[in-house]
Amino acid sequence: MKSRHKKLALIAGGLALLGLIAALVLNALNSNIALYISPTDVAQGKAPQNQLFRIGGLVKEGSIQRQADGVTIRFIVTDTENDITVDYKGILPDLFKEGKGAVAQGRLTTSGTFTAQEVLAKHDENYMPPEAAKALNDAHARGVEKQAAEEAAAAKPKAGY
Amino acid sequence: MKDRFNLYRFASPATFYPLAGSLIPYFVAVSVVFGLAGLYLGMLVAPTDFQQGEGYRIIFIHVPASWMSMFIYLVMAFWAAIGLAFNTRLSGMMAQALAPTGALMAFLSLWTGALWGKPMWGAWWVWDARLTSELILLFLYIGYMALTAAIDDTRRADKAGGLLLLVGVVNVPIIYFSVKWWNTLHQGSSVNLTKSSMAETMLWGMLLMAMCFWMYSIAIALIRARTIMLERERHTDWARAVIAGAHE
Repeated sequence: MKSRHKKLALIAGGLALLGLIAALVLNALNSNIALYISPTDVAQGKAPQNQLFRIGGLVKEGSIQRQADGVTIRFIVTDTENDITVDYKGILPDLFKEGKGAVAQGRLTTSGTFTAQEVLAKHDENYMPPEAAKALNDAHARGVEKQAAEEAAAAKPKAGY
Repeated sequence: MKDRFNLYRFASPATFYPLAGSLIPYFVAVSVVFGLAGLYLGMLVAPTDFQQGEGYRIIFIHVPASWMSMFIYLVMAFWAAIGLAFNTRLSGMMAQALAPTGALMAFLSLWTGALWGKPMWGAWWVWDARLTSELILLFLYIGYMALTAAIDDTRRADKAGGLLLLVGVVNVPIIYFSVKWWNTLHQGSSVNLTKSSMAETMLWGMLLMAMCFWMYSIAIALIRARTIMLERERHTDWARAVIAGAHE
């Protein structure tokens, strides 16, 4: 073995070892690196007590309400399994919308709602013109209707027995 | 040996210097062409986005700069490995020549990302895995430049810098996969080798801009490499001849 081959093997081995160490460290730090936790994590009691943390998920359709005081906004963050009600006083980003992603930083109250100090919008990685988005939406709506109709049709004969 | 085409010949500064000099104008020209085409597609042809409106157009700078910042680091790490294993003179010079461009790209990526994040997310900066690991990349570039500049003996500087480059290379896959591995505010990748979730004209605009950044980076790195070569080899015959020729 020539010395330069030895060196090359040493470098490759060193890199592999370094990669392994990094993988183990990152795996151990997994929960600390995540920017937010999901409503399901909160339901399972994984939320830190008396400490600021972030929750993330989708803003539930039809859940945004302005409260009677005129400044507080209440909405529901969901990961489709569990929901959390969030109260927030402040300016919302433009992309904050029902059915879209959001990340909120704040604390859990004793009643189980979440009081946010900061709300950020999380958008997805899809980029398309509005017409294409509308076409996709319409097609999705038609699909849902069709499925509902089929389910209703399938349910009928059963009801007849 | 003389008859055979030999790649190692180009590892010698004396042959690389004139070769790089003749290639630079082509890379500059191609970069300008790609840049103009990319900007035309991106700013004038590509449609408005359905959720981000016109604001998404910063993607035509942001994504190419981010790709470049990661790729240049990988190339530098490659040169570092070659330099440490084979003791070639050229590899240290190439790594040196690429570092400022890599740092510039990492900075551009973070800066355009902040400008994009404020209107869309509602924050200039969040400590999520993608943003933080990209910041670490910028620090690695700055650290490499500072370390090599602090050591007077260039061979030792190259070795120390090369070691730093190799250790830091673990950060690149972390940046790239961060949006997959952890919950981040940053969205996932829109484009990879097999699929894209962008409208076609948007994608082409972005790819053309990426090519423009590539060609720019190669051109500027070659210009810098030539300067570094002359400076380091100023006591050799070929460098003296070049310098004497320039003074005539």
